[in-house]
Amino acid sequence: MSLLEVRDLKKHFPIRTGVLKRTTGHVYAVDGVSFDVEKGETMGLVGESGGGKSTVGRTVLRLTPATGGNVTFEGIDVMKASRNEMQKLRRDMQVVFQDPYASLNPRMRVRNIVGEALTIHDIGTKAARKQRVAELLEIVGLNAEHAERYPHEFSGGQRQRIGVARALALNPKLIVLDEPVSALDVSIRAQVLNLLEDLQDEFDLTYLFVSHDLSVVKHISDRVAVMYLGKLVEISDSAVLYDRPQHPYTEALLSAVPIPDPHTERSRKRIVLEGDVPSPANPPKGCVFHPRCPRAQEICTTAMPTLAFTGDAGERHEVACYFPARFSGDQRTVASEPFEGSRPVART
Amino acid sequence: MADRLLEVKDLSTFFFTHAGVVKAVNGVSFTLDRNETLGIVGESGSGKTVAALSLMRLVPDPPGKVVEGAMMLGDRDLRTISDDEMRGVRGNDIAMIFQDPMTSLNPVMKVGKQIAEAITLHQDKSRGEALRMATALLARVGIPDAPQRVECYPFEFSGGMRQRAMIAMAISCNPDILIADEPTTALDVTIQAQIIDVMREMQAQFSSGVILITHDLGVIAEIADKVMVMYGGRTVEYGSIDEIFYNSHHPYTWGMLASLPRLDESEKTRLTPIKGQPPDLITLPEGCPFVGRCPYERPKCRDNWPALEIVGPEHGVNCWIPADERLALRAGLPKVKEPAA
Repeated sequence: MSLLEVRDLKKHFPIRTGVLKRTTGHVYAVDGVSFDVEKGETMGLVGESGGGKSTVGRTVLRLTPATGGNVTFEGIDVMKASRNEMQKLRRDMQVVFQDPYASLNPRMRVRNIVGEALTIHDIGTKAARKQRVAELLEIVGLNAEHAERYPHEFSGGQRQRIGVARALALNPKLIVLDEPVSALDVSIRAQVLNLLEDLQDEFDLTYLFVSHDLSVVKHISDRVAVMYLGKLVEISDSAVLYDRPQHPYTEALLSAVPIPDPHTERSRKRIVLEGDVPSPANPPKGCVFHPRCPRAQEICTTAMPTLAFTGDAGERHEVACYFPARFSGDQRTVASEPFEGSRPVART
Repeated sequence: MADRLLEVKDLSTFFFTHAGVVKAVNGVSFTLDRNETLGIVGESGSGKTVAALSLMRLVPDPPGKVVEGAMMLGDRDLRTISDDEMRGVRGNDIAMIFQDPMTSLNPVMKVGKQIAEAITLHQDKSRGEALRMATALLARVGIPDAPQRVECYPFEFSGGMRQRAMIAMAISCNPDILIADEPTTALDVTIQAQIIDVMREMQAQFSSGVILITHDLGVIAEIADKVMVMYGGRTVEYGSIDEIFYNSHHPYTWGMLASLPRLDESEKTRLTPIKGQPPDLITLPEGCPFVGRCPYERPKCRDNWPALEIVGPEHGVNCWIPADERLALRAGLPKVKEPAA
């Protein structure tokens, strides 16, 4: 059993218009996403803005109710958990948000920010809690003296450390990291990434790491899932995905990231996608990627392909595409016949 | 001398605040030639944006003030020319595009009209002519259905299209110099790739000089010809792109290169961050702003700013560590490249 199992997760936000706020449509932020996260691994979730990555993170934690699907954490159904069960679950599932300026209450001292969870879950005496906060601050590379300060007295990187300390307070098993380093400068970003790696080893943590930055995701993740318009289009071991992307969107995404090395940059061939990401309120029929896809054919306009193993590369490499790139040795080919594995099974 | 467009010498821009003097830009010099792209790289607060705003004379005064230096555009010093003359320079000679295209476009004015406004302001054109030119410009920067799109408001554009519109406006008067301040930072990577292509094409067409401000060394590697590395208001190192990436001399440049996760790395390696926190700009030392974070700090670094040392053609560094020691130190850093033998 995996630590976290997500099955056919859906989150549709209603669009309400007019005086009566009637629902006139939906934003299909997450539309049928399935993946597993094993204990101790880091699962990266990448994609462009509007792809639904953050919504997956929030829905998994039930910070926002799902429209459909299942999330199972250690065998417990998160979507159906009662209030009491949910409170217990929250100890094991924590979150760190992107913006270290918005996610810390400016009127609370660090002591209270980090210790709040301990109070809510009624853990230890007051003295023990104080001790624990001091310990947590040391763990994330701050000092015990910082406990009496307010968030505005810290720089961005330090604030993100406070956010991490808060997430660690209850000894969680899973931490959802929602763009945890996107607001930080490169030198500070490296500090926080190293800290996250150290903490994972020390406390046997499992991460769901949401980010738009492919270099960062590649660096930290064991496995990576690529999202586009609410769907997972490819999922695989990190190294395999970056060396042998099968989905055309993954290929384009990877080739668009500039490499900080002028020689490499001069010799690279880039795939520049045409147009913009369509609105998730009105996703294209068929494969959501087909209007921008260089490989699209008629079948792509009929139905969204499903994630399936192509049998290439890593065993855990799945792709949702009728025309995935296949690899044998150094040979990369794209078959002219549609890939049967991705053909959706008609539901009866 | 190549076709020199701009020569900035010892530029210093300070902000006089209640808390103290912020030396946002402190004695910065650089040049820009035709057909050349200068990348200014540095972290937030390093002074890269203020340097650009100083060139455009857009630093809010008070509290900001260009306290020293010369910015020579041909034989005119942008620091001393009259406001009227400066208005002629903006748009005509130097145009600027900003990071966030939503806040730099007027939300209640149609996109076409905004571009046409820039044209009528600087050129002797009728409104109709200017609007036709705006349509042509939008088509040129790759906006589909330009004749319809000129009638749209900015909110009807996606982020990438807004940035294209900004570029269209910037090139509307064929400026010699284009300053792009984090032009792709707010955009997704696939859109960033599109915008970089548009900027390249425009530069080739107009043979302009481009100043690209970014914190992203990947973007720098992709389009810059030369690079200026800023830290705490100072230029710590400048050089051609290859010199900065493969023969860097400043500990801060090394630190930056070593702290980057790379997409093309096959082995999972640990990052080497720069220790410490970004400096407080009000209490910057008289000497090198990198003290406190520099692993090779010397006693004299804090109080004395090192003179510019030329270490190669088009390559200079400001650092107290003697050159031979620097090279020995660099050789011990596995993540910082050495020049090819």
